[in-house]
Amino acid sequence: MDAINLLIEGFSLAVQPANLIFAAIGVFIGTAVGVLPGIGPALTVALLLPVTFKLDPGGSIIMFAGIYYGGMYGGSTTAILLNTPGESAAVVTALEGNKMARSGRGGPALATAAIGSFVAALVATFALAFLAPPLVKVAVKFAPWDYFGLMLIAFVTVSATFGSSPLRGLTSLAFGLWLGLMGLDQLTGQARLTFGVAQLLDGVEVTTLAVGLFAIGEALHVASRHLYKPEKPIPVKGSIWMTREDWGRSWKAWLRGTVIGFPIGALPAGGAEIPTFLSYTMEKKLSRKPEEFGSGAIEGVAGPEAANNASAAGTLVPLLTLGLPTSATAAVMLAGFQQYNIQPGPLLFTQHADLVWGLVASLFIANVMLLVLNLPLVGLWVKLLRIPLPWLYGGILVFASMGTIAANPSVVELLLLSAFGVIGFLMRRYDYPVAPAVVGLILGPLADNALRRSLQMSLGDPMIFLQHPSSAIMIAVATIALIAPFVFKGLSRFQQDED
Amino acid sequence: MTGMGEAIASPDCAIEELMTERSLKPANRPAVVVAMVLFTVAAVTYWDASRMTARATYGMGANAASYFICLFLVVLSVGHLFAAFQTSADKAEDADWKAIGWIAVALSGLIGSIWLGAGFVLGSALLFAFTARAFGRKSLVVDGVIGLVMGVIIFLVFNKLLSLALPQGPFERLL
Repeated sequence: MDAINLLIEGFSLAVQPANLIFAAIGVFIGTAVGVLPGIGPALTVALLLPVTFKLDPGGSIIMFAGIYYGGMYGGSTTAILLNTPGESAAVVTALEGNKMARSGRGGPALATAAIGSFVAALVATFALAFLAPPLVKVAVKFAPWDYFGLMLIAFVTVSATFGSSPLRGLTSLAFGLWLGLMGLDQLTGQARLTFGVAQLLDGVEVTTLAVGLFAIGEALHVASRHLYKPEKPIPVKGSIWMTREDWGRSWKAWLRGTVIGFPIGALPAGGAEIPTFLSYTMEKKLSRKPEEFGSGAIEGVAGPEAANNASAAGTLVPLLTLGLPTSATAAVMLAGFQQYNIQPGPLLFTQHADLVWGLVASLFIANVMLLVLNLPLVGLWVKLLRIPLPWLYGGILVFASMGTIAANPSVVELLLLSAFGVIGFLMRRYDYPVAPAVVGLILGPLADNALRRSLQMSLGDPMIFLQHPSSAIMIAVATIALIAPFVFKGLSRFQQDED
Repeated sequence: MTGMGEAIASPDCAIEELMTERSLKPANRPAVVVAMVLFTVAAVTYWDASRMTARATYGMGANAASYFICLFLVVLSVGHLFAAFQTSADKAEDADWKAIGWIAVALSGLIGSIWLGAGFVLGSALLFAFTARAFGRKSLVVDGVIGLVMGVIIFLVFNKLLSLALPQGPFERLL
């Protein structure tokens, strides 16, 4: 019952008035930015990182939690009312949710999404709180070779196993790993790939890459294809409350979605898309009114939304306990921790126990706030959807570049941002996934470190990775996961887009 | 879809395609370009790594990772070449290059403004106005003014309230 005590301590930190305000601000701007079309949670967090830059770590990590959960909620609102999912995990929500809104049932659709997200996040955050301590107990025993094996698994699953094409996913990963080489080497202090540019000695900032690929790349993509035809949000008519029948049809879907979403998010397999699709097909099979699917079935909103949020909370498990980001959003979150020189991983739970448990407690609080805020404020969010796209993208670019130069005031940083924007555009145009690049940049140097520290300990003998059963198994899993999609075409059916 | 997975799994149609074309002309030009870019990056990485002086204690030095990534890039480059000859390119949608050009102007406006020391506010006004232009807005002056106001608000909030150092020009020093 360790977790309960720690959680109570976390709550005592999280309910301090200042921290409550941070959580509220995070929830509010997270939802507001998440609602805007074309902005998913990864970009929301990346754009808002500089806002938290100068605040104290505790408060801003709490704010982060709010932004993260808020961004998820906001995405579903866009998906239901605009049929323009702000994130790929909300694509499934749009399928039925938008149909419901069109037939005048937008209110119940938003309600079941909000309450489903709440239920899922609640259950999943509890699971996180109870799963983390035992996982940390295992993880502190991890040696560098185990970490190396784990990172190999993350590399392969993020880029090859679930992508539309392993070759493209791996190419995106290689791009991120290559960028990770830049700068001073952590162990020897030697400069790699800096080409004599002093600003590159510190390496490439994860936020610059993420904002460049997601914000500028997306803006270029949307502008180039004239995807900015005015689309009006569907007004929410009638009662926003769910009927008795809606409740009856929703609650099982919420729970099933949670059960599907959390483990998939928690495994280093990454992404919320797979659980949302699984949940959708499952609800369709189990529904008593399968004929409604395609024209606005409430289970089709309730299940995937719950799966989406549960898996988002699930990705926090490897992120916090192992320091392993398995999605673009998690990678950006990790960058957020690193800006305070806090490295997620098993040591986080011993060195910054108050901070971790404060964060977990804030997730609960943010979740409640979202439920209370979201439905009554739906009118406000709808107004945000009416911002003309030229101004919206103008604003996104201003904010994106502001964040970049605020963190690192140099022209070089802006040139990098623009270059990443162009690359992000080309990647979108030729169907290369973007998320593996972000994960590669952040995990590459860590993997390099783990590899070399292992070899130092073994006096240069590479067999060390195979002599320890734990790392040998993980490397085997990574190898199988890498080769499998090339062998079985069926596996590559699971397409996964980045956030 | 030009992935290796599909390419290997459907050799029949790839062969058919080659038979009908009866030439070794790559069917997928973007894949060839990607292959060449990957190879170039690998070469640069190799060159950079070979210049590093060895300072390894045990096992690997700092350049070992470079060589590893270099190898990875070469493998991917070869993979793209294979894919280029086996599958035909998806037809990329037409792009509005004019809109892209406007965003390029917008970004250079910001970069130029920071470079020349003209400050963040002017830069963000240019960025905002030209980006809006790229998305089809015609009234550049109105958008410029909106961008200016937005820049001033962001500058005040971030420099004064959150004490982040945004680049200052003559205008910002007056605020």
